[in-house]
Amino acid sequence: MARYLDGTGFRAGVIASIPALLAVAPFGLIYGVLAAEAGLDPLQAMAMTTVVIAGASQFAALQLMSDGAPALIAVLTGAVVNLRMAMYSASIAAEWRGAPLWVRALAAYTLHDQAFAIATRRYQERPDEPLERKTAFYFGVGLTTCLVWVIASAAGLALGAQAPEAWSLDFAVPATFLAIVAPMLRTLAHVAAAASAALAAALLVALPLQLGLIVAALIGVAVGAAVEIGTTRWAARRDRAAGVDAMEGRG
Amino acid sequence: MSDLQIWSVILGLGVATYAIRFSFLGLLGDREIPALARTLLRYVPTAVIPALVTPLVLYPPAMDGETDPARLLAAGAALAVGVATRSMLGGIATGMGALWLLQTIGLPGGL
Repeated sequence: MARYLDGTGFRAGVIASIPALLAVAPFGLIYGVLAAEAGLDPLQAMAMTTVVIAGASQFAALQLMSDGAPALIAVLTGAVVNLRMAMYSASIAAEWRGAPLWVRALAAYTLHDQAFAIATRRYQERPDEPLERKTAFYFGVGLTTCLVWVIASAAGLALGAQAPEAWSLDFAVPATFLAIVAPMLRTLAHVAAAASAALAAALLVALPLQLGLIVAALIGVAVGAAVEIGTTRWAARRDRAAGVDAMEGRG
Repeated sequence: MSDLQIWSVILGLGVATYAIRFSFLGLLGDREIPALARTLLRYVPTAVIPALVTPLVLYPPAMDGETDPARLLAAGAALAVGVATRSMLGGIATGMGALWLLQTIGLPGGL
């Protein structure tokens, strides 16, 4: 283990994760408050937050549980929200060629948005670092963020039982989701994916078992991918046409 | 929801999430993801989250599903600030702040 927890790398990871704690701590706090409101007992709420460690999917599962959706739908929806982590997994796996299986298994446990973002930034800046330092840096980030996540969840849980209704904390769920998705709307394809999914969800809200959510999400994914492929082809054709023009102009 | 169902959600979501995180790290090694799969995966969060949030904003459970103009406006503000500043915390704070403000001073135009 010590080999993969090189002290310098680990300390650098702890320090690099400090700014991200500004996002992790309030998010964990909100989770704790909402878990208490959804009727989870403290053991269940803390079990979820330490086993899953993925805020957005925990929010989604809590919401569906409060709506009385079947357990399978809550699990399925939460898992769909977390599918993006397969991309993170692929990207970290590419950086960690040669690391033993148990080190990769441990890393998978703390692979969330912040850990991925901070670690990949470091790997881009220092591509030639030895494997031990790369893994140690990652574990420094993962341990710090997850520890703060769990502590913040517990604090929110303690607070949640006393939160008055006038605070409208139910709105923290949509507000948080909107704030998560807003920075993702960088391209036309992302905007199209979000808008079509939202429209479909509004129209399909009456479907049983919250199935409208999954159908709407699939529609959004298909529209986003189609727009991306379409705009890429269009840009390629335009560039080719521009290239031809330039050559003719020169001739 | 019964205790058994709650525990099944916790364990089910925990196992599913771990399997997703472990997928490439553990099983596929450093094989490439096919290009089409990568393109589709890119839009998963961008599609799932709006699909989840739209019914919550249009038909808030706290209002028994009755559309609430204050929540609509606050949601718009959270999204706008989120897009403009690319800050998650800024978006959350704006949404909650706008809702509290509207609930305290009332809606403009007496909606």
